[in-house]
Amino acid sequence: MNLYDIFFYTFAAITLISAFFVVFTKNIVHAAFNLMLTFFGVAGIYILLAADFIAIVQIIIYVGGILILILFGVMLTNKITDISLKSDASFIIPASISVGLFAGMLIATLLNTEWKSFEHGQPIPTLSNLGILLMNEYLLVFEILGVLLLIALIGAAMIARKEKA
Amino acid sequence: MTSVGLYHFLVLSSLLFSLGIFGIITRKNAVMVLMGLELILNSANINFIAFARFGNFGFNGQMIALFVIILAAAEAAIALAIVLNIYKNFATVNVDEIDKLRE
Repeated sequence: MNLYDIFFYTFAAITLISAFFVVFTKNIVHAAFNLMLTFFGVAGIYILLAADFIAIVQIIIYVGGILILILFGVMLTNKITDISLKSDASFIIPASISVGLFAGMLIATLLNTEWKSFEHGQPIPTLSNLGILLMNEYLLVFEILGVLLLIALIGAAMIARKEKA
Repeated sequence: MTSVGLYHFLVLSSLLFSLGIFGIITRKNAVMVLMGLELILNSANINFIAFARFGNFGFNGQMIALFVIILAAAEAAIALAIVLNIYKNFATVNVDEIDKLRE
């Protein structure tokens, strides 16, 4: 068992255990902070997969952006002094059974499929290659995503605004 | 115990996906449903990047993962705005109590 395997199992344990707490804890704020740990664990998995730029983007956008948005959502839609900060769950037992069956089916299918796996050796730096792809093959997608983010921001501000103009 | 390879990452992402599905099914709070959605998007991203590393697709997998992260940011902004509006109109964000299309 070499160092790579130890890091993989560490990050996988961080990801899965904190995701478990996200799903099962009663307190929404605890769930949000466990979600942060999940995002960090997934970023570590990305680094192990030689995707350094994606890992940094994951930390900046997910932890710095989306998680803050979710925390704002929690704070603005729940009275902190109230007991409604607790989020109750329903259908625990049927959901456990069906999701367990689903996960077993998924993993059995994955393990019984002969995926073609290529050995790439040492990972190469990704940043320059991603930039070249972004400015050549994916230029149209890049531009459309810029417009989409603008529309999403304007739309979110319109929807969340106090009174209609 | 075998050395870590493609299958380990695929099993990890499918477990994360199942946890996300479980969160979406069982939680009543709309913000918690959103958190389950983020778990699912992350598991899909792990798959994309694992196949970018172990497959023969160059950097296209990492590119798609980048686009998924951008779309997740846009989706979170819109969804939180909708949740705030629902809270303003119904004074609750439990998805099983919001069953009116108009007042």
